[in-house]
Amino acid sequence: MTPSATFHRSRPRPAVGRAPWALVIPAALGLAFLVLPLAGLLVRAPWSTLPSRLAEPHVLEALRLSLVTATIATAICILLGVPLAWVLARTSFPGRRVVRALVTVPLVLPPVVGGVALLLVLGRRGLVGQWLDSTFGITLPFTTAGVVVAEAFVAMPFLVISVEGALRAADPRYDEAAATLGAGRWTVFRRVTLPLVAPGIAAGAVLCWARALGEFGATITFAGNFPGQTQTMPLAVYLALETEPEAAIVLSLVLLAVSVIILASLRDRWVNSP
Amino acid sequence: MIDKAGDPLVTDRTGLNAHLVVERPAFRLDLTVEVADGEVVALLGPNGAGKTTALRALAGLTGLTGGGILLGGRDLTRVPVERRAIGMVFQDYLLFPHMSALDNVAFGPRCQGASKAQARRTARAWLDRVGLGEHADAPPGRLSGGQAQRVALARALAVEPRLLLLDEPLAALDAHTRLTVRAELRRHLAEFAGATVIVTHDPLDAMVLADRLVVIEAGSVVQSGTAAEVARRPRTDYVARLVGLNLYRGEASGHAVQVGDIVFNVSEHLAGPVFVAFPPTAVSLFRSRPDGTPRNLWEARIDGIERHGDNARVHLDGPIPASADITQAALAELDLQPGRRIWASVKATETHAYPA
Amino acid sequence: MLRLLPRRAAAAMAIAALTVTTAACGGSSPDASPSAASTKTVTVFAAASLTGTFTEIGKAFEAGNPGTAVRFNFGSSATLAQQIVQGAPADVFAAASPATMKTVTDASLAAAPTTFTRNKLEIAVPSDNPAKVNGLADLAKPEVKVALCAEQVPCGAAAVKALEAAGVKITPVTLEQDVKATLTKVELGEVDAALVYRTDVIASGGKVKGIPFPEADKVINDYPIAALTKAPSGDLAQRFVDLVVSKQGTDVLTKAGFEAP
Repeated sequence: MTPSATFHRSRPRPAVGRAPWALVIPAALGLAFLVLPLAGLLVRAPWSTLPSRLAEPHVLEALRLSLVTATIATAICILLGVPLAWVLARTSFPGRRVVRALVTVPLVLPPVVGGVALLLVLGRRGLVGQWLDSTFGITLPFTTAGVVVAEAFVAMPFLVISVEGALRAADPRYDEAAATLGAGRWTVFRRVTLPLVAPGIAAGAVLCWARALGEFGATITFAGNFPGQTQTMPLAVYLALETEPEAAIVLSLVLLAVSVIILASLRDRWVNSP
Repeated sequence: MIDKAGDPLVTDRTGLNAHLVVERPAFRLDLTVEVADGEVVALLGPNGAGKTTALRALAGLTGLTGGGILLGGRDLTRVPVERRAIGMVFQDYLLFPHMSALDNVAFGPRCQGASKAQARRTARAWLDRVGLGEHADAPPGRLSGGQAQRVALARALAVEPRLLLLDEPLAALDAHTRLTVRAELRRHLAEFAGATVIVTHDPLDAMVLADRLVVIEAGSVVQSGTAAEVARRPRTDYVARLVGLNLYRGEASGHAVQVGDIVFNVSEHLAGPVFVAFPPTAVSLFRSRPDGTPRNLWEARIDGIERHGDNARVHLDGPIPASADITQAALAELDLQPGRRIWASVKATETHAYPA
Repeated sequence: MLRLLPRRAAAAMAIAALTVTTAACGGSSPDASPSAASTKTVTVFAAASLTGTFTEIGKAFEAGNPGTAVRFNFGSSATLAQQIVQGAPADVFAAASPATMKTVTDASLAAAPTTFTRNKLEIAVPSDNPAKVNGLADLAKPEVKVALCAEQVPCGAAAVKALEAAGVKITPVTLEQDVKATLTKVELGEVDAALVYRTDVIASGGKVKGIPFPEADKVINDYPIAALTKAPSGDLAQRFVDLVVSKQGTDVLTKAGFEAP
């Protein structure tokens, strides 16, 4: 018996075997690539002045605004995006491919251009904005609602794409089974389809929320930057970078820590629920 | 047969009267299914014959391109799935994974407008009837195959359908479970007052569960009748294989039937095109040409040999393909090998001929 | 109409991340000079407001110095200064404010910067001037929507000083991240007025109207330029600076609305 055979015998492997190096090495590199910039932030963070910087009212204000707007934007994305994903996944109509491609436009469009596009439509002199202003006296730019609109615009594709994927993966025969039991289309959607793709919606909502939280370009372009009104954390970070890079690092870390804590705690709840 | 769509009550017929036409590229389903109330009809056929399409068309899940469906005299042709009075058991049951067994069964009554409590009472009663009262709160993932099948049946019956549709109801079960579930399913079907259509490719399931078989091949009905009728007088190779008979088409005059170059002596007195059928056990094999009548005798080549129960089944090639069942002892004695030439004969008393 | 330079914001974010990572990795300076043996390249980091004029001066430089190529990195002066301090391979730095230049001189990466031009604030209004703005005092009216640059960027700091000097208190609806973004809000008619540089009003090509105001003279913005001490292209850097401060360079700048120092 060769020594190597003895060695293998003495260490029983799990049935599936060890992960191959061809996967482990790129995986480790990938992780390092994602995590090292974070380490950079941590190393350069001005720990001594951290507490006093955090106590500044505009930091908390921006953080609160970021969380509130990202959450509302996510809610809007779910409300509009889930039905859109359903239409894309479960119905067929001419031009569906084009519509699906259009859904990804905000992903491809530089966010700043997205912001300009929103201004052209919803701005005070925009196609729809003009009418909103004259009829209801509503102007979206430079308001917190405008921030929500910009974030929802940029983040919606993340939700639509992941929910559509979940719908395509879900067996449509469950819908048929429900129909044979007397359920109309809406009941089928509400009581069968929706619960079946709930994990996909949750995953999409997380992506959507994270994207909305980090949104910068469209927000500053469409909603502007005014503390307490439209200045979210990314905007505060960007402007802090102009004069005080250390403050920018602190703000980034705060944003990062809060989002990680929230996402991690949500994740646990979802994993534990059946 | 059904052309009027306006008045829902077209005739005073009871049970299911359906003429199903579904046209697709490279496939056409065109068959008539009539099922009386209380009757169980099995649609039997090979894969791709259109059995499941027929079932889905009855349910309304696949649209008809022609024909129509009457159920209890009511025209269902243009009624959407959810408003047909049907119950359907799917091949893999499709129990909603996010609901308990009880909520699965309560789903139908709830959709029909029952209150939550009322629907749950109905569901509990049905679960009790299929013997699963104790598993009411279990999610489908924790049920065994047999239990899931019974929940699926209870779910379909809980909507009090006039037509029950079962798609390969036993296919997902292992052999042992299948035996008990089949017997139990038979009991529940006997209690069901409406019409039942079962789709299956298993002749045993069909014979045990159904009062009548409808054999479908390539989208149309090739044979129908009671299990005994079908088994005794197969009309296609598929059915003959299912029931384990050798089947040939021939030309009869009196007691003689010409099948290719071979003449069979049969007990029936017939004329014109006929089928001749005999079981593999009726075939005898000889190393050399036996003496006596040249009828019911032909020279064949052995194509293959396989074990068949306690016997050996010998597949014969030659003027007509045939199967012969012989004992293991005879197999050894005859020293049969694939490729060897051999003489085969059939006793006239064991052949059976009937008009084609 | 898209005078907003979308790439700038994205680039600035990317560079911000890059700045931090290179710092964490010990500030190694990557050699980004692509020069083939035949061509010598001068890399100029210049404030975004100099985009048009410096591109023109760069062409003149290449014409006058055969075998050279000028490469520009336009951006917010503060970001550019950060990049230089973090080791970016720049030859020349032209900043929109003495404060940002100071970041570089403090790091001993540049010596003796020269003020080569100056810029002045103007009130920019949409060409139809819907709020009938005539002077700084009109910006204080509650119905007038005003956009300013954020105080962290030079045009914002200048605006604050000008308003203080005029004794006018206004509540802007937005504090934009740079002067181009501020100008875009005026061009699209989202705001009734903004305080931007005269050069930006001229560069907009008539889409906005500039209204000069006397207090602008008190907050004139000086633009310093310097060849960097570690310039990879050596004395070519100084030659570029010389061209900018020459009459030829000054003419280009004046034509664009800048003022001679």
